[in-house]
Amino acid sequence: MNVVEASGLGKRYGSTWALRECSLAIPAGHVAALVGPNGAGKTTLLNLAVGLAVPSEGGVTVLGGRPPGSPAALDSIAFVAQDTPLYKNLSAADMLHLTRNLNRRFDQAYAEARLVELGIPLKRKAGRLSGGQQAQLALTLALARRPRLLVLDEPVAMLDPIARHDFMATVLTAAVDDGVSVLLSSHVLAELERVADYLILLSQGRVQVADEVDDLLASHRVLTGPTDEAGTYAERPVVHVRRAEAQAHLLVRASADDPVPPGWEAHPVGLEELALAYLREPGASALRGPSRGRHAEPSEVTR
Amino acid sequence: MTALTTLIVPARQEEGASLRPVPWRRMAWVIWRQHRIALGGVAAFLGALAAYVWILGLQLHHAYAAATSCNPASSACSDLITNFNFMNHVLQGGYVLQLVPPLIGAFIGAPVLARELETGTFRYAWTQGFGRSRWALAKLVALGVVVASAGGAFSVLVSWYYQPYFAATGHPALNLSEASPFSLALFDLRGVSFAAWTLAAFAIGGLAGMVIRRVVPAIVATLAAYTGLALVAANLLRQHYLSPLLTRAVNVPGSAWVMSQWWTKGGKFAFYGWRDAPHDLLQACASPPGPLGKPSQETLAQCFAQHGYTQLTSYQPASRFWPFQWIEGGWLLALSVLLIAVTLWLVRRRAS
Repeated sequence: MNVVEASGLGKRYGSTWALRECSLAIPAGHVAALVGPNGAGKTTLLNLAVGLAVPSEGGVTVLGGRPPGSPAALDSIAFVAQDTPLYKNLSAADMLHLTRNLNRRFDQAYAEARLVELGIPLKRKAGRLSGGQQAQLALTLALARRPRLLVLDEPVAMLDPIARHDFMATVLTAAVDDGVSVLLSSHVLAELERVADYLILLSQGRVQVADEVDDLLASHRVLTGPTDEAGTYAERPVVHVRRAEAQAHLLVRASADDPVPPGWEAHPVGLEELALAYLREPGASALRGPSRGRHAEPSEVTR
Repeated sequence: MTALTTLIVPARQEEGASLRPVPWRRMAWVIWRQHRIALGGVAAFLGALAAYVWILGLQLHHAYAAATSCNPASSACSDLITNFNFMNHVLQGGYVLQLVPPLIGAFIGAPVLARELETGTFRYAWTQGFGRSRWALAKLVALGVVVASAGGAFSVLVSWYYQPYFAATGHPALNLSEASPFSLALFDLRGVSFAAWTLAAFAIGGLAGMVIRRVVPAIVATLAAYTGLALVAANLLRQHYLSPLLTRAVNVPGSAWVMSQWWTKGGKFAFYGWRDAPHDLLQACASPPGPLGKPSQETLAQCFAQHGYTQLTSYQPASRFWPFQWIEGGWLLALSVLLIAVTLWLVRRRAS
């Protein structure tokens, strides 16, 4: 089952396309990271998936073919929007009560236990909690609904490193222990390495990369070699070239047992490095299916 | 038989059960918790105003009882009558109370959606299992009923307050202040229209909040739109609810709503008021002059009649008060339902 499936999905605000020709299928059981620069259409894609926005073209379904925003979809998807909107004048306990009343399922015991564990006073108004506590409260409300899909829009952008770490730990626990599928957008790349096992790169309103992290890491290598040879290197699909004084670093699509040209060294690539390389090359793409392996000419980025 | 039963049982039982919506009654707590401060504010405002109107009303009713039970010949009686007549100024003849429906409607109605949209909490509310259309419908209908009921209850008190001015018609000899049920500032304070106007203000507020998406501008827009609608209704629409009656009688009851008066001669229109009368007619009727050197209007009218002129008056009789109330209440209710429906349609299709 795919938790989110889009085909030719597009969203236009006025005359500007926020998202265009977006086709992707995110399988269930992953912590999927949606990464892209500001204005790439991350929030738009999430809003379309949770039914807050309506597509201008194409279509999107969730949890195996349900229309977003339909009762069945709303029932099984919990969404935490950017800046974790809460009713500021309601206490944490009231927010629990409110969410319990607005949903068919709500695990009150779980929610209360988590807030106690996090040291969030039940009687304090949401508006008087710290940013990290507000984010944790919003996440607790979402998880207590016992969703099958948890959608988080820039959940850690406003948080300090410790709050960020704690937040992601909660998300990971839910994914591992309860089998909740997670789709989260972020531009904090370092955090994703630890949690995400599925990566979607979005750039300028189009999907650039969508694959499992393990497969992506296994099919990419960084080649390091003499700078003057970098320009002529054309044996394999090159995603990105980074030149230094003496050495050039090339991110190429190659597996571990592919031969390495003489005078060059091959290294495995990290998720952050891979994501950065693709983000710097909006023309490059790595998608599952027929379009896999399609790539554009790399532009040169000199350091 | 067993095979058939197996066939018609839905393949995925859990799926079927999950479509059962969250019960409506759960919204009661949600609405109360989120709007209790605003509702409490309305209750306090209306309560204080009601207490004030109640105290004034007791004084007014006492003054009326004193004025109608005194001996008309005594000088004390004329003081009592003057006392009663002057009490009409206390609430500015009802104009002060005209502010109540728009204030309730705007301050309860406009923030319902505008606050969620302004603070971003709609992203929370509209992604819960309850569903955004049902969420908005429950809020608008429940709060609309509450404000309309509050308005209706308040107008019962206001009707009681103004009762003496309508009862005064029964004592023509005392020269008491009378009010027409159609009087501009009083018609929509009584009957069903006060509740209907409160509901309309609420519905305008709800739509303005959805369109403008900010609380304060939405409140301002609601007050402006309401004022416009109220002025149009009072000055342009109300007189056309039923076609007016026509009478040749010179004295139309003070409780009637006179649309226009004119004179005819030989079945044809002659002139409106005596100021527009032909010069020769005025000359003829001005002599012999009345006791003060000028003819009184009654004398003039009699003289005009002697010269073959007939006065016609088109008017709405006081007995049409309730039909007019139902007509005004009816179209305001229809308008409110329409505005709420448009608001719901916008909630349903709003792209965030």
